Amino acid sequence: MSRFRSRPWADAGFRQLTRLFAFLVFVLLLGILGSLVYGSRDAIMTFGPAFLWGEDWDPVRQNFGALVTVAGTLISSFLALLIAVPVSFGIAWFLTELAPMWMRRPLGIAIEMLAAIPSIIYGMWGLFVFVPLFQAHVQPHVIGLFAGVPVLEHLFAGPPMGIGLFTAGLILSIMIVPFIAAVMRDVFEQVPAMLKESAYGLGSTTWEVVWKVMLPYTRQGVIGGIMLGLGRALGETMAVTFVIGNAFKLPSSIFSPSNSIASALANEFNEAGGLQKSALLELGLILFLITTVVLALSKFMLLRMARKEGTR
Amino acid sequence: MRLRSLSIIWISLVLLACPAAYAADLTGAGASFPYPIYAKWAAQYHKETGHRVNYQSIGSGGGQQQIIAGTVDFGASDDPMPLDQLQRYDLLQFPAIIGAIVPIVNLPGVAAGELRLTGPVLADIFLGRITRWDDPAIAALNPGLKLPAHGIVVVHRADGSGTTFVWTHYLSQVSARWAAEVGQGKAIKWPTGHGGKGNEGVAAYVRQIRNAIGYVEFAYAHQNDLSWAQLENRAGRFVQPTQDTFVAAALAASDDDDPSMGLMLDNQAGPDAWPITAASFILVRKRPIRPERNQQVYAFFDWAFSQGAALARTLDYVPLPDPLVQRIRALWSAP
Repeated sequence: MSRFRSRPWADAGFRQLTRLFAFLVFVLLLGILGSLVYGSRDAIMTFGPAFLWGEDWDPVRQNFGALVTVAGTLISSFLALLIAVPVSFGIAWFLTELAPMWMRRPLGIAIEMLAAIPSIIYGMWGLFVFVPLFQAHVQPHVIGLFAGVPVLEHLFAGPPMGIGLFTAGLILSIMIVPFIAAVMRDVFEQVPAMLKESAYGLGSTTWEVVWKVMLPYTRQGVIGGIMLGLGRALGETMAVTFVIGNAFKLPSSIFSPSNSIASALANEFNEAGGLQKSALLELGLILFLITTVVLALSKFMLLRMARKEGTR
Repeated sequence: MRLRSLSIIWISLVLLACPAAYAADLTGAGASFPYPIYAKWAAQYHKETGHRVNYQSIGSGGGQQQIIAGTVDFGASDDPMPLDQLQRYDLLQFPAIIGAIVPIVNLPGVAAGELRLTGPVLADIFLGRITRWDDPAIAALNPGLKLPAHGIVVVHRADGSGTTFVWTHYLSQVSARWAAEVGQGKAIKWPTGHGGKGNEGVAAYVRQIRNAIGYVEFAYAHQNDLSWAQLENRAGRFVQPTQDTFVAAALAASDDDDPSMGLMLDNQAGPDAWPITAASFILVRKRPIRPERNQQVYAFFDWAFSQGAALARTLDYVPLPDPLVQRIRALWSAP
């Protein structure tokens, strides 16, 4: 005790130090943004805002546009969420409410271990194991099933190649399930036992307890977990490069090959120069903005929900 | 106690690192295509002479930038630098090793080297103008083969690469339509198809997707038992990709007197020349800060040209033919 009392500056010093660390993050963020803008200035000057909806990516004629990669990034991430959210929800639900006690820990650890597998392993598994199986045994049937059905026919069209947007979305969903499920399980466990027991006591079914008590109580955490998964899906590089098909073409169905921002960067950065490098950096800037907007939107949604809660 | 053991570890680390740092005599960086042979040569050279050569495969673009900036003793590039740039940056360029690119296919029932293709047909396939294997243009070249009545799946490199540069340079030579609509480059706008990352990515796609066609370095196709196609060369003969046909292409180009030494070996006129052969190049500064460094670079490649040929062949590369080596030696000794 006396040791600390003799150094009155220690407290203040420690506070300044932690403040410095916190600001470091902020400075870093601004630094990244600044260097992205600086690096992409040539492309911004050359193409202007038309870069955003330009469909062309032609290194030979030096004409670049972001539409294909932005669409590919958003669609593959959306597909990933579409698959991963219900599955993660089921996992979290089972682990907190339905599984017998002895099973919860080992299962939970197994799911967390999935998150520790490097992404390239998922990519290789996707390319060498999943793609051939999917191409031979699933895709032809799905394409045949929807042939002749309006709208859906186009959504599931194309020759069965195995690689493409859907495969990328599926691999991504496997990668983000552990993140979302782990967060969901943690927040479900935070629900006070008294709250649940009261609901059960009033005669609620498990279904009702989860939907009407636990989910509203943990909404913020659940959405946070989904956003964490989405953030990872948007930026994932190697696993997507392996299976998305890397074609700079707007997708016509979810089986068609496309490209994502991160994948285009990984592929072309090494040998790019001049305007192409600048355009690639502008793609990076766009990805940065997309993730920021996604995060801001989720915060905004939570705020609005909280306000609604207040007026009820 | 703790401090002392830490400092012992630190000192021993420094001692370990020092000799390595001082003995790494030469540094080079650049193209990834010749990396395996440069690394092999460097290891053997070190064993025989004690001199170290440290080569890093950072890509051709990086190799050109590093030598211009003067951070390495030599740069390496798959696409030759044009004469005006060589003069602007005061660089010397010479080829160091030759390789080849082959079309690979996945056609059940068709063995390696059975399928025959011509340059214009290849260009039409990659343009998306020939879309089926039973197209009359392909059938006419292969009267004995039973080709599937299926669509062609085109696979290309997704990453920027010297392989794509040579491939598209060749297609631009043999197809006016390709030259006009697509052009040549390390990365281009592909009219059709799927992109795989690296030779291994293209090979994986072709191996797994039936009725696919792609292109990889010969060394990669040979070592992985991929099924390649014959090609018709400029002399109108169908040739198989072998050491002999690659050498024939190099010999046909040897008397090219381009002062930049940026030899393009594709679409050569020799009767046995494999049409998609390519050299990889070394760049050095004409007036380096330390001229003795250049002499050491020349000594290394001189050794490689005279002693390293067998090593190159084991890795499916083609050593430079003698007339070309003579020209390069003359270039080195020129003032």
